[in-house]
Amino acid sequence: MSDVALSIEQLAVEVEGREILHNVSLQMKFGETHVLFGPNGSGKTTLLMAIMGFPRYRITRGKIVFQGKDVTGLPPDERARLGIGMSFQRPPVVRGVKTRDMVAACLRGKESEERIGELAERADLTDFLDREINYGFSGGEIKRSELMQLLAQRPALTLIDEPESGVDLVNISLIGELLNTLLEKDCPIPDRKCMGLIITHTGHILDYVNARTGYVMCDGVIGCEGDPHEILATIREKGYEECIACFLRRDKGG
Amino acid sequence: MADKKIAANKDKARAAAAKPAALGEDIDLGTYVSSAEEQPYEADPSRLPDKVKQQMLDAGVILDDPSQRAGTFIQMDNAPVHSSIREEGVEVLPVSQALDKYDWLSDYWWRAVAVNTDKYTANVELNQHNGYFIRALPGSKTVYPVQACLYLTKARLAQNVHNIIIAEEDSELHIITGCATASEEEAGLHLGVSEFYIKRGARVTFTMIHNWNPEVAVRPRSAAIVEEDGLFLNNYVLMKPVRSLQTNPTVICEGDNAAARFNSVLVADAGSSLDVGSRVILNGRGTKTEIISRAITTGGYIVARGYVEGNAPDVKGHLECRGLILGEQGVIYAVPELKGTLAGIDLSHEAAVGKIAEEEVEYLMARGLTRDEATATIVRGFLRVDIEGLPPALGAELQRAIETSEQDLM
Repeated sequence: MSDVALSIEQLAVEVEGREILHNVSLQMKFGETHVLFGPNGSGKTTLLMAIMGFPRYRITRGKIVFQGKDVTGLPPDERARLGIGMSFQRPPVVRGVKTRDMVAACLRGKESEERIGELAERADLTDFLDREINYGFSGGEIKRSELMQLLAQRPALTLIDEPESGVDLVNISLIGELLNTLLEKDCPIPDRKCMGLIITHTGHILDYVNARTGYVMCDGVIGCEGDPHEILATIREKGYEECIACFLRRDKGG
Repeated sequence: MADKKIAANKDKARAAAAKPAALGEDIDLGTYVSSAEEQPYEADPSRLPDKVKQQMLDAGVILDDPSQRAGTFIQMDNAPVHSSIREEGVEVLPVSQALDKYDWLSDYWWRAVAVNTDKYTANVELNQHNGYFIRALPGSKTVYPVQACLYLTKARLAQNVHNIIIAEEDSELHIITGCATASEEEAGLHLGVSEFYIKRGARVTFTMIHNWNPEVAVRPRSAAIVEEDGLFLNNYVLMKPVRSLQTNPTVICEGDNAAARFNSVLVADAGSSLDVGSRVILNGRGTKTEIISRAITTGGYIVARGYVEGNAPDVKGHLECRGLILGEQGVIYAVPELKGTLAGIDLSHEAAVGKIAEEEVEYLMARGLTRDEATATIVRGFLRVDIEGLPPALGAELQRAIETSEQDLM
């Protein structure tokens, strides 16, 4: 087995009968963090949802291989138990279900009051444990709660949708900290057992979390792949329009 | 009771003996019997048969260790079999004894509930089978709840009880009442009139857990009058099958700043028909109410009603009704109603009926829960009751009662 831990091969995904992703491929190894840039509507979230396995995101071609196992046909709970986790951009409110219950569910059999309290303290959410999950939470509180749940779940692959959206400056450094813990950034690369795929529209999160590879998604395909900081510099300078134009030029030329 | 008053009540009752109720299926009273064998008085209710104790326990009535109860009342069929108190400041008696003891009690008899409301109230007056009298003395504050159980053993019996609850000024009283049946399949009818009088500054929490069987019909008729600064908190839990239940208790917040809160948790499986409402009339200045009902059907028919009427300045009322339809069958009909009769009042409602949102199930599945576990977690959350004002121990007990019944739901 190669050291590739996530391999997405020529994936096509349909939502409500419309193909959103066409022929997307990417590979990740343990210890790596990749970021997905792209304009709104380019298919970033669709890719994450398809990796997590939500039935609304129907895979029509290609496959997803996770740690050597083809997970393409598996439901989200089985994928979660295999080690895939997701931080939602806009998670639903579940009335009557408390934040504490969610953390306990993520700990799956290893739950203890101490552990839950410790995680909440780290995410600065101690006062939120007995509140209904996501009910009346601010943007930053939602992100921190998502990451707290993932810290309990400890997935090998973490999918993170827009960690910086709707978050103020105070929150974003804490979110960066939580992400770095989740992705074992304090471990030497060869020892890491985690990897992350982060969607970012603005690239702001790169000030807090290091990433090895960046992709630009355009219209349901990966337009280019490279050093994330370099990509971000181009996007900041020239905007996504230039990325798309560049991609179209190459697409025609190729 | 003054003979004139008794005669007047009887006359009114006779005139209403055939009057159908405004809501709910009409029950043919002629198909039920009204007399049952006497039941022996039991000074020590822990000596009742284990099966009986278990059924009562499922309805929140603890007989083996009453240390967490301020008093106990048990009635089987038509006969009170036990009444006792463990705390000072509270009285618990069969209502017949209380009527003998206190002349003034006749002033409370059929004052909150009209005897001629319908044929059920009329029948309770004409064929009365006792009931309980619970009274908190002025300024008394009981720590533990008083428990009362109305238990149906005889097949086809119509149990007609009349209960009076009085919280004197500045008292605090907690009551748990459980209703249960001995048989899991015999038909029966429970007609229960309950009149609550909550005096100035008094607080009453009343928690009722019903544990009937699929052949029993139930027609409670309850009303409360709350005086100045009084609080009435009413919790109702029905999670076991029942053939037909209709109730629409009314609270009149008469005194200034009086408050009433209703919480109901209803579950109807196939064959059960429930019509459960709560009505609050805000007559005093600055009175408040909140009505919250949660209904789940797994095949039964539920009408969930709520009615708030504001008739005084600065009143505030909110109604919330949420319904969950599990499975393919079942109906939930939510009827929230508001009536305001002057400017400057604040009444609102929200109602939602539907199935479990797929998005919520998937959210939990992404955390590793199976579809069934995710669904169970959402249902448990839906039924979670965090009741403001209820003593924490009582809240925990109520939650436990709900969780025990939840098992059957999954």
